[in-house]
Amino acid sequence: MKLLVGDNLQLWRGELHVLRGISLAVGAGSCLQVTGINGAGKSSLLRVLAGLLPLEQGSVSWRGTDTRRDPYAFHSELAWLGHGTALKGDLSARENLHYSAGLRRELTPAHIDGALARVGFAHAEQRLARQMSAGQQRRVALARVLLLDCALWLLDEPTSNLDRSGQAMFGQLLDAHLQNDGLAVVATHQPLPVSAQRLQTLELT
Amino acid sequence: MSAPEPAGVSPGRAGWLLAQRDLRLGLRRPGEWLQPLVFFFVVTTLFPLATDPELSRLRDMAPGALWVAALLSSLLALELLFREDGQDGTLEQLAVSGLPLPWLLLAKTCVHWLLTGLPLVLAGPLVATALGAPYASIPGVFAALLVGSSALSLIGAVGAALTLGLRRGGVLLALLVLPLAVPVLIFGARATSLAIAQEPMAAPMYLLGAIAVLSATLAPLAAAAAVRISLE
Repeated sequence: MKLLVGDNLQLWRGELHVLRGISLAVGAGSCLQVTGINGAGKSSLLRVLAGLLPLEQGSVSWRGTDTRRDPYAFHSELAWLGHGTALKGDLSARENLHYSAGLRRELTPAHIDGALARVGFAHAEQRLARQMSAGQQRRVALARVLLLDCALWLLDEPTSNLDRSGQAMFGQLLDAHLQNDGLAVVATHQPLPVSAQRLQTLELT
Repeated sequence: MSAPEPAGVSPGRAGWLLAQRDLRLGLRRPGEWLQPLVFFFVVTTLFPLATDPELSRLRDMAPGALWVAALLSSLLALELLFREDGQDGTLEQLAVSGLPLPWLLLAKTCVHWLLTGLPLVLAGPLVATALGAPYASIPGVFAALLVGSSALSLIGAVGAALTLGLRRGGVLLALLVLPLAVPVLIFGARATSLAIAQEPMAAPMYLLGAIAVLSATLAPLAAAAAVRISLE
């Protein structure tokens, strides 16, 4: 059963034909890795899938329903991580998660502690986000993805600024998510440490 | 996962949490929202210096000075409303959160008004008295500013959302918002001058109230549509 299906996706940005009839299908427990040179449209594809960019042609469907027909049902199962980490500089990691993931899920401090521990950020959760390094901010943003507890992850360059241990950590998180029958679409150049049966790749040109 | 699965959150609670977050952020950097208030004080104190300081003249001029300063000061504050959330990806997260975006933006606008509009409402009667308005007019001046400034914040939210994607949106924001804000200026100043003259001010207050209610219902919807366009 393919839960996320994109059919003949066409997108222009001004004069530029960014997505030229892309089709994709992702089933439960599998991951689609989107690769391609800079400017090939990886981010655009992810934004189209999330419903942030409107399509000129084609459709994206989730559980058999066009996502434009019921965006709220689709978005309630979507964890999105774009270029911006959506962290507030004057709030600590814990507060950031409380006020961002907490908008969508009833969270206890134990949930937040658990997620911060899983992304390897258990020690510094009181530090303000503007005092964190870019990699630490990424980790907190990944903790939000975990806390949202959604079936579908759409991640745009999730491992940018992460050190080697951070990339390994992300691989473990992704693997656990897929084992739980989650789906993920990830735009990245890094090889994803996911077993071959679970992994599809889509190269944009 | 080791912890039990977290339950969903109602839109009401989500809006409340978002408002709490903005309030907390606002209180951690008071400089941002004190700036419009200082601007309001500076402009209104400059008026008597630049004109005839005779009290009866000042009193005639007070409503105009008060409302022009309030309007400009609320325009100045609008940049704060969505700019940072747009840049750091927070609005993106809200737009794909599965929560009603107009409601979330209304919550943000309410906090914005609390931080930048309410100080003007509280400072307004003080400034009016300094410009020669009688003490008995204080409740009237207060009421007019209370209703008018909330309408200004709501109308401004639409403009702020529309200029979100522009790097130098300030001037365009003013051009977009001013025509819509002019009725608030006219009826607000009229209500204030009636209050200072100790005459019944119901008529302009009704119109001011109507504008505020209309913008409370329509502005969040328009702002949500504008945010979605800006995120494209």
